[in-house]
Amino acid sequence: MSILIDNTTRLVVQGITGGEGTFHTKKMVEYGTKVVAGVTPGKGGQTHEGIPVFNTVQEAVRETGANASAIFVPPPFAADAILEAVDAGLPLVITITEGIPALDEVKVKAALNASSTRMIGPNCPGVITPGQCKIGIMPGEIHMPGSIGLISRSGTLTYEAVGQLTALDLGQSTCIGIGGDPIPGSNFVDLLELFEADDDTEAVVLIGEIGGTAEEEAAAFIKENMSKPVAAFIAGQTAPPGKRMGHAGAIIAGGKGTAAEKIRALEDAGIATARSPADIGITMQAALKK
Amino acid sequence: MKIHEYQAKEILRKHKVPTPKGKVAFTHEEAGKIADELGGGLCVVKAQIHAGGRGKGGGVKLARNTAEAVEHARSILGMQLVTHQTGPEGQKVRKIIVEEGLDIQQELYLGVTLDRASECPAVIASMEGGVEIETVAANNPEAIKKVLASPTLGLSPFKARQLAFELGLEGKTAIRFSSFVTALFAAYMANDCSLAEINPLVITKGGDIIALDAKMTFDDNALYRHPHLAELRDLDEEEPLETEASKSDLSYIKLDGTVGCMVNGAGLAMATMDIIKLAGSNPANFLDVGGAANEENVANAFRILTSDPNVKAVLINIFGGIVRCDRVAAGVIKALETVKVNMPVIVRLEGTNAVEASRMLEESSLEFIVARGMKDAAEKAVAALSA
Repeated sequence: MSILIDNTTRLVVQGITGGEGTFHTKKMVEYGTKVVAGVTPGKGGQTHEGIPVFNTVQEAVRETGANASAIFVPPPFAADAILEAVDAGLPLVITITEGIPALDEVKVKAALNASSTRMIGPNCPGVITPGQCKIGIMPGEIHMPGSIGLISRSGTLTYEAVGQLTALDLGQSTCIGIGGDPIPGSNFVDLLELFEADDDTEAVVLIGEIGGTAEEEAAAFIKENMSKPVAAFIAGQTAPPGKRMGHAGAIIAGGKGTAAEKIRALEDAGIATARSPADIGITMQAALKK
Repeated sequence: MKIHEYQAKEILRKHKVPTPKGKVAFTHEEAGKIADELGGGLCVVKAQIHAGGRGKGGGVKLARNTAEAVEHARSILGMQLVTHQTGPEGQKVRKIIVEEGLDIQQELYLGVTLDRASECPAVIASMEGGVEIETVAANNPEAIKKVLASPTLGLSPFKARQLAFELGLEGKTAIRFSSFVTALFAAYMANDCSLAEINPLVITKGGDIIALDAKMTFDDNALYRHPHLAELRDLDEEEPLETEASKSDLSYIKLDGTVGCMVNGAGLAMATMDIIKLAGSNPANFLDVGGAANEENVANAFRILTSDPNVKAVLINIFGGIVRCDRVAAGVIKALETVKVNMPVIVRLEGTNAVEASRMLEESSLEFIVARGMKDAAEKAVAALSA
């Protein structure tokens, strides 16, 4: 079954005619995702890569029944694109864009909280239910359908983990990149809840990194609410304090948000935590055997 | 992005946040003129560097008159100021502020920052000014009071008053404090700050509320909409290799180990640093070559890494998804035709066309050490250091 997306998902791509939008739409279509519409204001009525383009998200939804959006819009306009998707009543928005100002994300999150829209991202690789639907930029070929859920703040580190799981014959139900920004649309806790309720997911891999308290909140949630095994890895054990390590949200600020604290919180909650990024797959394998 | 205290105070003044009278000086003569303008009496001479802890490091001096101010300026300008935030080499002081001395009654802490867990900006204050907030948080957390701003309504004046009264301030002082908070919050929002910190916030004997120090940092993602702020960048305060890297759009942070790393993706780059440490050595840097990982980026990355005298081996860890590994391999080989690299280069390529890529590297005339998997790559890199 998986969570969030499957072979019935109907996708509208906001920013479809841009460079990134064009390239990744092609790839998503190749994977089998049902891309039913694109939105680029001013280019409504055109067809792009075989897909009808609309001027507004509202029109795209009305005309095609799209029920999810992927946002490939540059940072100065991305917050507005998200708000447009929320206003059109889309249940799911996946924002790939990196570089959205933090205070824009604050406003967007408030709008999301007051709506029925769930957002994944920003600054994320997207969501994939292997064999059914890919919304984002991840390489589909390394994934394998299965029953391991995955939630990660990273991009290529996620692929590393997926590669390890696939090599061990541990296929994935749904892989979600929640992104590297300080105020993401969805956090670990939001998605752990869904995985716990998903009959087709038997275990979850959690990949975190320095900055913020999302992993600590996840640890507390898992301890109280999850029956399924969870394996974790936290990147940034060697990160220096006060420096933004690539991701806007990856910063040890005021002494808080270190990898050590997060690992401690996870282990205190009984969650198997790999110390080496090379051991993510085998840590999940061992946790499944318990 | 960081700026100096004097620049932060200029921004605060524009937003009607009270600051001491004072100006920036680049020479001891300028310092003397400013001291005279301030009345020739009590004043403070403060080193302007981005790092904190300037006072303890000897970079802040009280002067009783203009002559003393000039003396302090002479000794502080050009000094290599070492603080707990600079590293042992310290930072060269190229400018100072000369400010009026204040009649201090009390020192508080006030800061505006993004509260990630609450998903909104927060205003934090405590009666323990002049101490690092992390220390107060560790030793006396009840002393820290916080109010949250609304993403849509901003910081209502009643919230600022709430903070004042929670701190135990009274009467006119409480009202003045809450006006200060409102103005500081406005400055934070208008400039897309990450942090706006006043430590210490001074209540003078006369009842005025003044920012004795000011630290403002800005959201790098928002600088595109604040071109005047981007101009305030001080390259002298940055690590030269990091400045160089930013010119080529490479995300690079210098550390102090001996294994240089080049990775695509920030999370994977951090994980690569971690696994180098686990293998027994230390990473020389964080470097995310980004989604492209093409010949130009790789060549620039090699240039940066080999400019660091500490680097004795280079580890390339690329997980190619959209990026094809054979293209990356071609880029690496081509890059090494233009950049001389006289040290072991360990390459681990995974993902699309990885097998083909490894073959290309093994067959090239350059002596790459080809690794399979992150553990193998880290172990080979550490082994290469002692080879």
